[in-house]
Amino acid sequence: MDVKMWTYLIVGLTFALYIGIAIWSRAGSTKEFYVAGGGVSPLANGMATAADWMSAASFISMAGIISFAGYDGAVYLMGWTGGYVLLALLLAPYLRKFGKFTVPDFIGDRYYSNTARTVAVICALIVSFTYVAGQMRGVGLVFSRFLEISIESGVVVGMVIVFFYSVLGGMKGITYTQVAQYCVLIFAYMVPAIFISLALTGNAFPQIGFGSTLNDGSGVYLLDKLDGLNQELGFAAYTDGTKSMIDVFAITFALMVGTAGLPHVIVRFFTVPKVKDARQSAGYALLFIAILYTTAPAVAAFARTNMINTVSNKEYATMPEWFKKWETTKLIKFEDKNADGKIQYLKDKETNELTVDNDIMVLANPEIAGLPNWVIALVAAGGLAAALSTAAGLLLVISTSISHDLIKKQLNPNISEKNELMWARVAAGLAIVIAGYFGINPPGFVAAVVALAFGLAAASFFPAIILGIFSKRMNMQGAVAGMIVGITLMIFYMLKFKFGLFDGGKDAVAGLAKSWWFGISPEGFGTVAMLANFAVAWAVSFMTPPPPAHVQQIVEDIRIPRGAGEAHAH
Amino acid sequence: MSNKNLKDYWKRNLLYLVILLSIWFLCSYGAGIIWKDSLDSVRFGGFKLGFWFAQQGAMYIFCILIFVYVWLMNKLDKEYDVHED
Repeated sequence: MDVKMWTYLIVGLTFALYIGIAIWSRAGSTKEFYVAGGGVSPLANGMATAADWMSAASFISMAGIISFAGYDGAVYLMGWTGGYVLLALLLAPYLRKFGKFTVPDFIGDRYYSNTARTVAVICALIVSFTYVAGQMRGVGLVFSRFLEISIESGVVVGMVIVFFYSVLGGMKGITYTQVAQYCVLIFAYMVPAIFISLALTGNAFPQIGFGSTLNDGSGVYLLDKLDGLNQELGFAAYTDGTKSMIDVFAITFALMVGTAGLPHVIVRFFTVPKVKDARQSAGYALLFIAILYTTAPAVAAFARTNMINTVSNKEYATMPEWFKKWETTKLIKFEDKNADGKIQYLKDKETNELTVDNDIMVLANPEIAGLPNWVIALVAAGGLAAALSTAAGLLLVISTSISHDLIKKQLNPNISEKNELMWARVAAGLAIVIAGYFGINPPGFVAAVVALAFGLAAASFFPAIILGIFSKRMNMQGAVAGMIVGITLMIFYMLKFKFGLFDGGKDAVAGLAKSWWFGISPEGFGTVAMLANFAVAWAVSFMTPPPPAHVQQIVEDIRIPRGAGEAHAH
Repeated sequence: MSNKNLKDYWKRNLLYLVILLSIWFLCSYGAGIIWKDSLDSVRFGGFKLGFWFAQQGAMYIFCILIFVYVWLMNKLDKEYDVHED
């Protein structure tokens, strides 16, 4: 069977599975729709969190980015895993004890104000839409390459699937679908990684393989070989990277804090029965995530070695089939500048003849390594699982923000449960259409856009939640001022330095890098905006009265695991 | 539960947090970023040590940290009789 048939078969089977699960676990009440009835086991929740968390960016783009960035790629590895330590230690148990449905719920109650709740809803919507746009682009990419249909039709197919199981099943349907999606995506990621590791180094564990010697009898370590190849072509050594230390530091920090502040991740910890389970489930989530994340840098190093060996200084006419296929998607571009018929892949922009998009490295990797067709199809199914699971989680946050935080809590508190559920479904439907629009008119790189969503989450939610738990003195005025300053600063910096809005558009962006504040890129700026949020919140809260006694009691209460009634019986 | 006990419980919790988050900081920002260049002179198989921390080691330690925290807190909850069930 050819790749296309295999892809139809495997993708079709996995989709049938997801829809089957959605029908079996559809939601009947708002509690089931928002938090799966609060009865998910920590292990299942850990797996669902991992799938929810690992997006098209993790699955499709990350290894590609590391492959081109070398050491600098560590910002994504540490940033997107280290956040779980913060989540487990500083947020998840307390928010579970608080025991409401959403992050704006916590902010609204803890800061006793609908203004705070509204600011939180707006932040949640901005973060989630930024993030979901990246997912839809990932879906379109996979469909267009492997099923050879247009990106537009690909996005529409993806929208219909997500619509079906998130609108029908709510959090309950999403949770169990995500468990299945985790299994699909991790299998799809590991199989080619193990094959390639065996082929290149003879070691079945990619994590160890990429620190081993090459299989070709030379006795040279893979990473040393790669450092050499990179330098020959004019790039920095693979294990060194090019970013400044402060920027690496700031990006890693922004991603970590952003992870801990993402509403669609936090809400997952409301679905387990107990505080103890929330802690444990964060541990499982990180464990499941780390399986992929420790493999990704190995895949990156293998892919780079294979790619350089396949293309560098080879005749264009002898390029394998995958090269031509990716050329038609315009994600590989070759321009024979010196007309010698060979491919020169070099750092120097003047003489370099080949551009390869980050996003294709994982998808093309099995083909570059010459693996069987079913493995290639499996990777397509894995990429879709990653993108769809994340998109579904985000859509739920968007629909909950609208039906619960806006309509139920503010506009119409007397709304019946049935109507609230209907609004949740309408909002989810609308959100899917908007997300689909972004998928068809994609705003740039998947990972670049997603990385900015972290900056926004870091700049808005993280300080407000942390202060809400660890400081009894923090009041409404401080938290609201902090969130507004944080997210405004972040949006301003992003528009100025990422989109060049104030300096003549996209073309000006590269030139603006010199004037970055403190030498920190837009991706890392979330760290600065977060610090500004903390500082403003502290300053304002000390100039204004402390929160009322019942709010201080809430803070006392979320700090101990046992149920409120019992814990306060002296 | 008395207020004094509650304060003690919270203090112990904060102490665990400080210790665990220090390790979190040292293995990622320390070994993987700040001291990366000097650690790179040490080899660990085919890995330079700083590079290994940044792309592998830090993540293993993160996992261990969370499970240690779960274990410590479950013990602490029982000790102060604030555990569920």
